[in-house]
Amino acid sequence: MSYGMLINYEYCTGCHSCEVSCRKEKGLAQDEWGIKLQQIGPEKLGGKWEWDYLPVPSSLCDRCAGRIEEGKKPLCQLHCLAHAIEVLPVEKLGARMAQLAGTKTACFVK
Amino acid sequence: MEKTPYIVESDGVMKVRTCAWSPPGDHPVGCGLILTVKDNKLVKVEGDPDNPVTQGRLCPRCVALDEVMYHPDRLLSPMVRDRADRGKDAWRKISWDEAYDLIEAKVREIWKDYGSEAIFTITGTGRESTLYAPVYGPAVLNTPNGSSTQPFSGQACYGPRATITNFLLGAGIPEIDWAQYYEDRYDHPGYQVPKYIVVWGKDPLYSSPDGFFGHSIIDLMKRGSKIITIDPRLTWLGAHAEYHLQLRPGTDAAVGMGLCNVIIQEDLYDHDFVENWCYGFDEFAEACREWTPERVEEVSWVPADTLRAAARAFATNAPSTATWGVALDQSKQSTQAGQCFLALVAICGYIDVPGGIAVMNTESFIGKWRYDMVNTLPDELATKRVVDPDGKYALFNTGSVLGGIQGDTLLDWLEGQFADREGYYKLRMCWMLGSNLLACEAAQSKRWYEAMKDLDFVVAQDIFMTPSIMGLADVVLPLSTFAEHEGLVTPNYGRNQHFIGAMNEAIRNDNTKSDLEILIDMGKRLKPEMWEGIEGPDDFFDKLLRESYGYGLDEVKGVPAKMSGYEYYKYKTGKLRRDGEPGFETVTGKVELYSPVLESYGESPVPYYREPTYSPLSQPELAEEYPLVYTTGGRNIAMFHSEHRQIPSLRAINPDPLVTINPATAARFGIADGDWVLVETPFGSCRQRAHLTNEVNERLIHLQHGWWFPERNGEAPELYGAFDSNPNNLMPHEDVGVTGYGAPYKNGICKISRTEAPVQA
Repeated sequence: MSYGMLINYEYCTGCHSCEVSCRKEKGLAQDEWGIKLQQIGPEKLGGKWEWDYLPVPSSLCDRCAGRIEEGKKPLCQLHCLAHAIEVLPVEKLGARMAQLAGTKTACFVK
Repeated sequence: MEKTPYIVESDGVMKVRTCAWSPPGDHPVGCGLILTVKDNKLVKVEGDPDNPVTQGRLCPRCVALDEVMYHPDRLLSPMVRDRADRGKDAWRKISWDEAYDLIEAKVREIWKDYGSEAIFTITGTGRESTLYAPVYGPAVLNTPNGSSTQPFSGQACYGPRATITNFLLGAGIPEIDWAQYYEDRYDHPGYQVPKYIVVWGKDPLYSSPDGFFGHSIIDLMKRGSKIITIDPRLTWLGAHAEYHLQLRPGTDAAVGMGLCNVIIQEDLYDHDFVENWCYGFDEFAEACREWTPERVEEVSWVPADTLRAAARAFATNAPSTATWGVALDQSKQSTQAGQCFLALVAICGYIDVPGGIAVMNTESFIGKWRYDMVNTLPDELATKRVVDPDGKYALFNTGSVLGGIQGDTLLDWLEGQFADREGYYKLRMCWMLGSNLLACEAAQSKRWYEAMKDLDFVVAQDIFMTPSIMGLADVVLPLSTFAEHEGLVTPNYGRNQHFIGAMNEAIRNDNTKSDLEILIDMGKRLKPEMWEGIEGPDDFFDKLLRESYGYGLDEVKGVPAKMSGYEYYKYKTGKLRRDGEPGFETVTGKVELYSPVLESYGESPVPYYREPTYSPLSQPELAEEYPLVYTTGGRNIAMFHSEHRQIPSLRAINPDPLVTINPATAARFGIADGDWVLVETPFGSCRQRAHLTNEVNERLIHLQHGWWFPERNGEAPELYGAFDSNPNNLMPHEDVGVTGYGAPYKNGICKISRTEAPVQA
């Protein structure tokens, strides 16, 4: 089954838990990452503060296939302090995206 | 909650459920963990999805626990060095028995030669040691100078808030109602989501202080809560707030009176609560009257319209709630800021209501035990406690919640400034419990170093060598991490405890011991009468639990977290007072907007505003040379105060000490992102690396705290660079409030310039 990663970055606070969790789960070296935080702001846009973080999975991310097989959440999803990460079968992504319509949500399908 | 085993073993692999506290550093949030252990080695850390509070979520510090436990620099044996070698890396490994024998002999020698009061202890903040450190004095060392002494100027962490709450509210530390008491959390019948949450002087997303799981604010935002932030910095929460009050640091009391004034003048307050449950409303209202939003704007930088709108939103949307941070402690006006905070939530009627401010009794469980232990000292010893000889800080010295020695007084005493005063005696020995004072707590830390480096004998315990241990100690004892010992997590140190969590030993480490084990071991050697019938930690916890709650340790170990439950409106049912009468456990029986206790100690009974001693308004001439305002101490999630600098995954998140500067300010001073910057005040200087961002305005900079560099030369005078990037160099000694509480760690004036990078050893 193919899995996608959905990130409700409306609430990502930039805690780096996903980065460190991924490195531990995958046994990656300190200078490698399976997911990495990106940042916008803080800048004033249209008179309001914009300050967003978005973790972006790299090609080393396999959506924690092994953990999913064991019935567990991917480690970045389990540890995400804001509950902002969800890993779902690709065919369920559309419905979930529709539920989150109107929020800052990003979807990764590779 | 159904009981389940906390250890599950299969094929030689153990999965151990536990609740995190410390060391490594953390506050008593008790995040739920599942530790996978193979051959007595930690192989994996996972969040415990069944923990009702954290629900599997973890910050990077727990995720990187293996890098702490198996770090090559971890202390794994007691060590000793000659007193003449203080500051030198001349440590010799010794056994635990040898270390205990040595400490016992030295303590008995000091008892005999100088009296037991010549021994003092110091402690740090937040760690598990804060629970046990106060007991080392009465129950091991037999000294009145062994209570909760933090080597801070103005005891500027938690103590001010705990004490003002004790006087005005008669309760343990108040926290927002984030449904923390219930297993079913936000779905609990009767619980209400707060409409607004005021987050004042606090960045809980990254600090998770005192038992408050900071990201519960995100949970509440998802459920509809809106945010009002009061903070000199634009935090992430501030950027996502409905109202962000970006005040000049140190003007909290003016902003607080301004908020209350709008609510009173526009008649938005809760008349029923004020009339029946508050004392001194008229005097309080009068004190606030001059603080119109326009007047507040003049001193605080907060636009009048923003203040007005925030006050209206907060008062007219019941239930709303508020949380206060260490920033309120870290100004000379901590008392007045605290009065304003408590008055704000009281006059709106938000205390002890669903979705409001949760309060519990002042003393419970281990919290009560430690107070009981402190009170066992006979009067003739208790009266020898180090206090300022002029009686300046009478409130601190007689009414402090956490006890201990007032920090500024302690430094003056150690420096011999009171040597000619009646009752003076020399302090000879110190036991450092979870304090890295030279890198973190001490204002003017070089003075502390000089004042402590010639003591007769110094003992310390920690998981790593620190600048303070390298500089000052003769004996160092290696501590176990929370994964290697038995313990209990008690949020808010027992002063408002929403659950009790079992810290279960997952890995046996025979080289190390916990703060509690050392306490019991040394207690049995030095004051055995205090420790009769207590074999070890398990036995100790079981006994205390049965005395307090009627159940044993098994009950706590059997669940991810033993939730406390909560009853609202306790002030109506008599459950906040010892005598069972309705009301609050205060002198007047009500929430005190006017405090007779403060008045009796020579402090104003109602709040007032005074400029910080060093500010652009109080010192306009000096401000020409020092044109910027500085603040300090904002937290980064990868590090707990001065800890974690040697942990690769965590240091990578924040490799250098960062001074946050607005890009326009940096351009004015010819500073580029990543440049090293010299920050200077009339009191000293420090150097940090420029981080250019809009998180601060053009008039303010922010400095990180707690920095030292395990990779640099540890020997004196360098001491791992502890004095190099330390913002506490910038601040005065003893510029504190009338009560002895509150010091300007977070507000002062400075100048900045580009400088050279530090030379690496």
